Amino acid sequence: MVMNKPFSRRAFVASLAALTLPLPAFALSGPAAEGLVESAVDDINKIIASGKSESSMLRDFQRVFERYADVNIIALTTLGPARRSASNAEIAAYVSAFKAYFTRKYGKRFNEFVGGKIIVEGSRNSKSNVEVLSTARLRGSAPFKVTWLVSDKSGKPKIFNIVIEGVNTLTSERAEIGAMLDKRRGDIGALTADLKKLG
Amino acid sequence: MIRVVRVLSKRISAVLLAAAVAGCSAAPIGVGVDDPIENQNRDTHSLNVAVDRALIRPASNSYGSIVPSPVRTGVSNFASNLNLPGQVLNNLLQFRIENAGHNAFRFLVNTTFGFGGLLDVATEAGLENRGTDFGETLHVWGAPEGAYLELPLVGPSTERHAAGRVVDLLLNPLNFAVDGPLRSAGTGASVAARFGDRYQYSDLVDSVLYESEDSYAQARLLYLQNRRFKLSGGAQPDYIDPYEDVYGDE
Repeated sequence: MVMNKPFSRRAFVASLAALTLPLPAFALSGPAAEGLVESAVDDINKIIASGKSESSMLRDFQRVFERYADVNIIALTTLGPARRSASNAEIAAYVSAFKAYFTRKYGKRFNEFVGGKIIVEGSRNSKSNVEVLSTARLRGSAPFKVTWLVSDKSGKPKIFNIVIEGVNTLTSERAEIGAMLDKRRGDIGALTADLKKLG
Repeated sequence: MIRVVRVLSKRISAVLLAAAVAGCSAAPIGVGVDDPIENQNRDTHSLNVAVDRALIRPASNSYGSIVPSPVRTGVSNFASNLNLPGQVLNNLLQFRIENAGHNAFRFLVNTTFGFGGLLDVATEAGLENRGTDFGETLHVWGAPEGAYLELPLVGPSTERHAAGRVVDLLLNPLNFAVDGPLRSAGTGASVAARFGDRYQYSDLVDSVLYESEDSYAQARLLYLQNRRFKLSGGAQPDYIDPYEDVYGDE
């Protein structure tokens, strides 16, 4: 469009800006990402309020997790460089074991969330994703900042990371999986087998 | 133990010297992990985990289950309120006058309307907690973060934060202002508050200390990220774009 008028000042400035600040086109809007986070929080609150047994709450939580989180990218990221030498079958088995492990690990801590509230305060575009900013007010503890990273690069808007008071969940989980792999001398099969027992 | 103290004091004086040399512009927020004495830190970590398992965890579980929640909150409020004068002093040293006024006012409100600090009425009135310490003052003065350091009983730290803790202990205005029973009550409350925290965050602490593959590395990562977040005033730390990382190079 701007290219129709070659060497116009505006086009020149725009191309300079494009060189220094590559701004990707955002398909995902801030409000859409905020809505996604709000409905994820609503669904989690509903599960807690349901008063079901812990095992059936965990199953419900797994459903919410699959609906709102980009489980594939989370699992692949935690595997790190090891995924380059792994076969597709090994990776698929790992992703499915990780999914269940991750849900158990965080699902069982959801009683910390009882009576809590998450207030979404806004969002901003960053990198190829949207950062949704919120404050968590949990019973008996001082309010703290939670940032939700949302992307639609998987085809649908999904949460791929949560940063709590500066602590990056994905980085922590990647360090954890990295330590497990090291201890198993890089054996993804052994890691996958053990993940099924953990969490 | 004496060796640890000697190493510590040497490194801490290096931090203080660096602050004096660097003058008064805030140090850059640390990145990555600088842990040259990892073996020694790991020994300290094993000790800390053993102490937690044998003493701190059982004691905090009894404290949490015997003492009712409102009382625990009162004890913890009382202890935090007594930290405020020291924080005001740090705010002044940081030239953050607005925060100094904020924290002084918090202290005033909680000490009077909050019955000596048992109730945190200031937070309810919108004067939120803005904690600080001498480690932050050193950061503001330009002292670099220094190497990662796990302290016996205290836990994760950096050289700068450890130096700050020592100064905070020595410079606490309460040491000079009050004496006798009130001071002992303050010390008792802050110990009880530590047990209260250990109880309240037991799921998180247990998952790091007892359920992770490498609890030392997890604690280090958690501490560094959280500490840097606080020192940066809550700025969003940089993070990897996993989509680029996973799909970008294939």
